[in-house]
Amino acid sequence: MTAAIEARGLGKQYGRRWALTDCTLNVPAGHVVGLVGPNGAGKTTLINLSTGMLAPTTGSVTVLGKQPASDPGQLARVGYVAQDTPTYAGFSVEDHLRFGAHMNPAWDNALAQGRVQQLGLDLKQKAGKLSGGQRAQLALTLAIAKRPELLMLDEPIASLDPLARREFLQILMEATADQEFSVVMSSHLVTDLERVADYLIVLVASRIQVAGPVDTLLATHHLLTGPRREAAALPAGQQVITESHTDRQSTFVVRSDEPIHDPAFSVASLNLEDLVLAYMGSAKAGSPHLTLEGTR
Amino acid sequence: MIWLSWRQFRVQTIVAGAALVVVAIAFAGTGPHLVSLFDNSGLATCRASCSADAHAFIDEVSGSTIQLIFYGSIFLLYAVPALIGIFWGAPLVARELETGTFRVAWNQSVTRTRWIAVKLGLIGLATVATTGLLSLMTFWWASPLYEVAQKAGQNGLSIRKVAPPLFGGIGIVPVGCAAFAFALGVAAGVLVRRTIPAMAVTLVIFAAVQAVMPLLVQPHLIPPVQATAPFNANTADEVVVTQAGSGPLTMILKGDFSRPGAWILENQTITQSGQVFTGPATSACLSISAPPQACNNSLNRLHLRQLVTYQPASRFWPLQWMETGIYFVLAAGLGALCTWRIRQRRA
Repeated sequence: MTAAIEARGLGKQYGRRWALTDCTLNVPAGHVVGLVGPNGAGKTTLINLSTGMLAPTTGSVTVLGKQPASDPGQLARVGYVAQDTPTYAGFSVEDHLRFGAHMNPAWDNALAQGRVQQLGLDLKQKAGKLSGGQRAQLALTLAIAKRPELLMLDEPIASLDPLARREFLQILMEATADQEFSVVMSSHLVTDLERVADYLIVLVASRIQVAGPVDTLLATHHLLTGPRREAAALPAGQQVITESHTDRQSTFVVRSDEPIHDPAFSVASLNLEDLVLAYMGSAKAGSPHLTLEGTR
Repeated sequence: MIWLSWRQFRVQTIVAGAALVVVAIAFAGTGPHLVSLFDNSGLATCRASCSADAHAFIDEVSGSTIQLIFYGSIFLLYAVPALIGIFWGAPLVARELETGTFRVAWNQSVTRTRWIAVKLGLIGLATVATTGLLSLMTFWWASPLYEVAQKAGQNGLSIRKVAPPLFGGIGIVPVGCAAFAFALGVAAGVLVRRTIPAMAVTLVIFAAVQAVMPLLVQPHLIPPVQATAPFNANTADEVVVTQAGSGPLTMILKGDFSRPGAWILENQTITQSGQVFTGPATSACLSISAPPQACNNSLNRLHLRQLVTYQPASRFWPLQWMETGIYFVLAAGLGALCTWRIRQRRA
């Protein structure tokens, strides 16, 4: 199966600053991928490189097996909702649907009309007068009705209030259930993604920290608590993500494909937020653990 | 793409259309009057009395609404390209970059190259059509005036089509100029990425080009003609004696030069050795008691020659085509620059 996004040594430099460094990634199609990381980690850069809005400084990226935005056909296969969900302020909702219809040969007008009706948007209303949530919904409608194979959403709900967030995610989930397309959605909050993502990429300080299906990540990461011990003393199969020590006690977040049976430690599972926070903390400490899940 | 271009540009199209209608009404209201003035002046059939007929016509026209409309239309043909560059060109891409809508536009199933090419093409076409129609209407309406100017000789209306400022405000030059201004505006928008600064940049560069063209480019598009003739003080246009402080008296002479409608670039009086004559002034010309004819005779005895560099009126159309061509080449270059920049992925 063709990967939704495949990156090899992908990097982007702005002046002297690297916004994304040595990103190697293989995201299989058919997932709802959460791209999570703190602000300024490089999420938007990764998405912009994948939509062809940016050209890479190093390495390469292919989306659905082809170079991003290389031709109209490739553009048609990828839907994109940019950060702050831009729309044409002077265009009415109806104009936006016409815009979509004129700009996309595969435009599904019935779908677009249906969604606008469901959202209760006034067709004559100018987009500039819509609320942030409505504008995000309109942008999403535009991206979905072009019938993409991959939908990329860059922090689509960052500026929305909690209710609008919930609605947006619900509508998105309904759409992914109805049509078969992959989704890549970035956020700086894991909680936004927790309910929808089944694949996770953690991006911190311009590097990919971990990527893989959510259930695999949860199954292979453990919280160990026990008597004080050095990280080096742990078995080779256990990769330490974070460690913290008191005088008598050590706490580790480890990654291990094998179950952990060390009787000295109490082993607990992590939730997604803890897992992401562990990687964020570890990157902050300056020891990036580049661990990638292969294609399954 | 055509739909999008129209949807984003329809207000401008309507404004331009309305402006053209207003101008057309002004021309339609005064055109017949101008034609009847011309027909009644006898200029159409004159043989010997042309100059007198022309002067009668000029007296009638000067100070009237017709004169106002004539100079107004020339001004308009200078202003419209600037307005197009500022209000059509500069915001075209800059506004999309500023508001982030380029991310929407560039992620539909249309490549960026096509997006910019269609926009440049269609609105460029609207630019050419608007200025073309305006210039055509003006040219038509003013044709009796041009004919009178030609028949009146050099002492008639100061209408010299081949010379600035008229040259750049009539014919096809405003069309090329507008195409250039539009492309300049778009390019400024693409490079500056913000609408208002792009408008300012467009205005500044356009004004500079408008100054440079008639001063430095237009006179040399075709090498000017040089004519020499013996200097005749009896028909001289200017005999000027000046003294700077307590320095020597200098004398500047300008001979008469009758080439109707020509654009005189230089009119010098030179000595037999080829130097520009600056004096010394002859004593007959300095003496208050001597009759003017004595001064003239003394100057004629110097055997000076008059050297005139000029563009003849007959070069109007060749010069128009060349200058328009230059503007279109510049416009095409700027259009290519815009396309190249937009194709680069640096959003």
